Order: sequence, then C-alpha cells, then structure tokens
Amino acid sequence: MSRISNEQVKHVANLARLAITEEEAEKFTKQLDAIITFAEQLNELDTENVEPTYHVLDMKNIFREDIKQTGLPREEVLKNAPDHQDGQIKVPAIIGE
Amino acid sequence: MSLFDYKVSDLHELLHKKEIKVADLVDESYKRIAQVDDKVQAFLTLDEEKARQTARTLDAEFPTNSNTGLLFGMPIGIKDNIVTKGLRTTCASKILENFNPIYDATVVQKLQQQQTVTVGKLNMDEFAMGSSNENSHYQKTRNPWDLDRVPGGSSGGSAASVAAGEVMFSLGSDTGGSIRQPAAFCGVVGLKPTYGRVSRFGLVAFASSLDQIGPITRTVEDNAYLLQAVSGLDPMDSTSANVNVPNFVSALTGDVKGLKIAVPKEYLGEGVKESVRQSVLDALKVLEKQGAVWEEVSLPHSKYALAAYYLLSSSEASANLARFDGVRYGYRTSNADNLLDLYKKSRSEGFGDEVKRRIMLGTFALSSGYYDAYYKKAQQVRTLIKKDFEDVFEKYDVIIGPTTPTPAFKIGENIDDPLTMYVNDILTIPVNLAGVPGISVPCGFDNGLPLGLQIIGKHFDEATIYRVAHAFEQATDYHKQKPGI
Repeated sequence: MSRISNEQVKHVANLARLAITEEEAEKFTKQLDAIITFAEQLNELDTENVEPTYHVLDMKNIFREDIKQTGLPREEVLKNAPDHQDGQIKVPAIIGE
Repeated sequence: MSLFDYKVSDLHELLHKKEIKVADLVDESYKRIAQVDDKVQAFLTLDEEKARQTARTLDAEFPTNSNTGLLFGMPIGIKDNIVTKGLRTTCASKILENFNPIYDATVVQKLQQQQTVTVGKLNMDEFAMGSSNENSHYQKTRNPWDLDRVPGGSSGGSAASVAAGEVMFSLGSDTGGSIRQPAAFCGVVGLKPTYGRVSRFGLVAFASSLDQIGPITRTVEDNAYLLQAVSGLDPMDSTSANVNVPNFVSALTGDVKGLKIAVPKEYLGEGVKESVRQSVLDALKVLEKQGAVWEEVSLPHSKYALAAYYLLSSSEASANLARFDGVRYGYRTSNADNLLDLYKKSRSEGFGDEVKRRIMLGTFALSSGYYDAYYKKAQQVRTLIKKDFEDVFEKYDVIIGPTTPTPAFKIGENIDDPLTMYVNDILTIPVNLAGVPGISVPCGFDNGLPLGLQIIGKHFDEATIYRVAHAFEQATDYHKQKPGI
C-alpha cells in the first residue's frame, strides 16, 4: 500500500509554498513514498522511554549581553532586494480587489 | 613541482626567507585554475583582481608586519554556501544567482585576521543537498583523478580544487558527510569538527543541528592549522561552544603507542566494497605496528542512521529554506499575480529537484498528524545512535572505518534514484547525528581512485583524531600521490 497519496503531495507542496505540475506531483508521490517506506524501518525500534535529541551538546538558553547595536544600513539591505521603491521592499498587492 | 606541494609551514618559511612572495602563491593559484578548471570545474566565482591586490598589499607590508601567522598569504577557496561580503554567494542555486552578501561569515572574518587570500567560491550540490555535485544548478565538478567520475559532495568543489592543486586549501561544510566523502573521493584530508567547534554564522543553513564548517587540505598538519584559525566561541552563533581551543598542531606527536581503536563491524559489513575493506584493514596494521591496539565493536543502531538523518535534515531544511520567498533577496519570478503566487512561483522556478524533494519530505514529516510518527521518532533514534558512540568511547580513544562504501562513482550513475544516492553517506551520517568529530585521510587506491580512512573521535577531541591521522600519514605515502591532470 502506498504511504502517501497524490492528494497529500499536493497539500504538502502548498504548505511548502511550491507550485508543482501534475507531472511533478506524480513523480514526487512515487519518490516520497519510497523514502517514507524506507524511513518506516525506524518503527522496528522501541523508543517508548527514549528522550529525543534536539541538540547534541545539551545547551539551553544561550544569551548574549543585551547591548544596543546598530542594524544594517537600509541601502545595504536593499541591494539584494529584487524590487524596491522609496526605501521599501516592493511586492505585488497582498489584498485583492 | 607546484608551490602547493609544500606544507603551510614550509611555505611560511620560504616567505620569511624571501624566496617567494604572496604574489607568487596567488599567481600559482590562478595559473593552475587557467590550466585545469575548464576540466575540473571546481570554481563558480573567482575574485582574481581583489586577490592580486591583496597579495600586493601583503607583500608590501610583509617585512614590517610582525603579525604574520602561519596562514599569512595562503590562497584559499571557500565553499559557495559561506557568505563573503561583496563576493557572489549562490549555494549553487538559481535562487541565489545574483546574491551579493552584505557581511562576512565568522570563519571568513577569522581568515582575514590570519591574512589568507580568498581565491574564489567553490561549486557544491545545491544548498549542500547531494553527494556528487550533480545537483549544482551551474556545473558538474569533475573528479581530478578521473574526469568521468564525481568528486563527491556536497563540498565537491572544495575537495576537487585542493586535489587539482588550484588552491592551498579550502573550507567546506558537512551535514551528513559533505566534507569527508568528497575528501575521500579526491584523495585529500577533510575534517568535520565537533558540532559547535566552529561558528556557523554566515553559513547558509541546511540542517542547523547537523551543519559544521571544516577544513580540506592536502596534509593533516595543514588541516590542524586551518581548524585552529577558524575555531572558537562566537556570540553570533548561539550553538557555538564555549570550550577551550587547544593547540591542534602540538598534538601531532607521531606517538600512538597504547592507543585504543574501535572498529565497528557495521562499518565493514554488507555494501562495503572489498577493496575498501582491505584498505582499512591494512591501515589498522600500520597503526598496530606503531603500538596501537584495535578491537571489533558494535554500533548497533547504525543501520537506522540513514532514515533518521533524512527525516531530520529534511525537516530542518524545510524550515530553513522558507526564507527564500522572492521578497527580500534572491530570485523573484517575473509573473506573479499576488503574493502567494509570488512565493510559489519564485520558489518553484528557483529551487532544483533535489531541494524541492527534501523540502517536501521535511514539510510532510513536520505536518500535523505526522510529527510524532516521523520527526519525533527520528529524534529519539538519534538519541540511541548518540548513545552507541558514547558507549564505545568509554573504552576506546577513536573509532576507525572507511569513509565511503566505494570509491568515486561515474557521473550520471546514481542520479536517477535518490535512495541509492543517499546510501553513499551511510558511514558518515551517524557522526553528524552524534555531533562528534571525524576526519577522512587518504588510505589507498582502487584502480587509480583514492580511498579514505575515517577516524572518529570524542566530542571536542579533534586533537586525538589529528594525532592518529598524522601518525598514519607519516607511515604511508598515499597523500603524496597526485592526480595526473
């Protein structure tokens, strides 16, 4: 049985903000299904009482001193923006008509 | 003979005796690049004008400059996922085609303090996702030992440029083997430091809990010098560790008497080519002759590392790569009706196939209803894998095995099947999951293709790894062989 459906792949693509074609959806369904099936071997292991490792060094709440620092200059930041106007980054209309 | 056949310390002496100038070293780099890089294709961007200018400045101030460390004037190549101010940084992705960083990564700042000379930016698999450099949007780097074969990946350009004599050394990054595997395939020395040893500030993130920057060099000694230069706590990276940085070079004593080596049976088992297995057994004999002892051990959860790694690294990647939205920097689609459309089209047109596949896998593993079954499960398995290493390191100083199951494969051989490609990293991935350091050093050849010996150490014990690697290197001459290119 397949672990992941074509519908699910399209749903995930939407969550990931990727536009995929029908053809790609089909290809990704097959490939992701194979990878997920492979990953399910992890179920052979009993992890009932095992703590997850999120960080190998077990460091927590690392703060640096709260000292005021100058941010990046606006013109520097805008250098890599695909489109900008009057010192602001420009995007298409967010609210439709 | 190339100037880059010398060690860093030898070149430093030649500079001091005024037998060579920094300009000669930089010239050596660009001459060699002009000679071979249309074949090797290691570089994505060159910084020749500025490098030559820097060389002139360094030469001019050399006699009076009291601050000339060992790396002074050494030409270095930087993997293209490490940001360099004003020097295009693409991650080998279309989405960053025209990206010019506005600051330097911490490692780049540290190199500037040492007054190295940046030659250019090196090719890689897009966003460091891959094991062959075939996932680069721009070009396929070739293995200098056989141009029909891959250099490995993702730091393929970093390893190939060093092997081909285009630079003195380079920086790469390693998330699941991306320094060690190409170092093995190209016959050079590559170290993945302990997680937290080197600041990741300015390394474009792939999987933040696994990524580490590390040095690729021709000798173990040079590797130790370069790691020394880039290590240390960084207030800009909260995961960099507040631990002492020892003098790595002083660890190169050549003495391995009484050293206890563990050899995991899982690392010499099924899927590992006979020539590779034999080269490791031969290497163990070399170390045994020098007074080390080795025993077979087990890392019982090794076979689960690959699956856990792909779930975790892809999950982290899906979050990290959300920043590429076509708004603030990077590629933007030319035909978007609204903001959602702009995100989707910019990302779909900007990312390559493998990157999309991993973003999708990660998004799926983190999505509602699947999080516990996949992501959390993988983190729990990670704990078991880490424990395997801790158990072995209670009784042994280092773990030794091959770096890769086979020598370099042919371009195009594995590209169509993601799972076969992933198996390449089966011997390097557990090291990243456990956060321990590991090195690959040349340990033989199979039909003219280099093989790598992997030496794994305890957390923050790169010094012992270097000591063993150096002792092995001094007793063999694999590292002295050069590709015929």
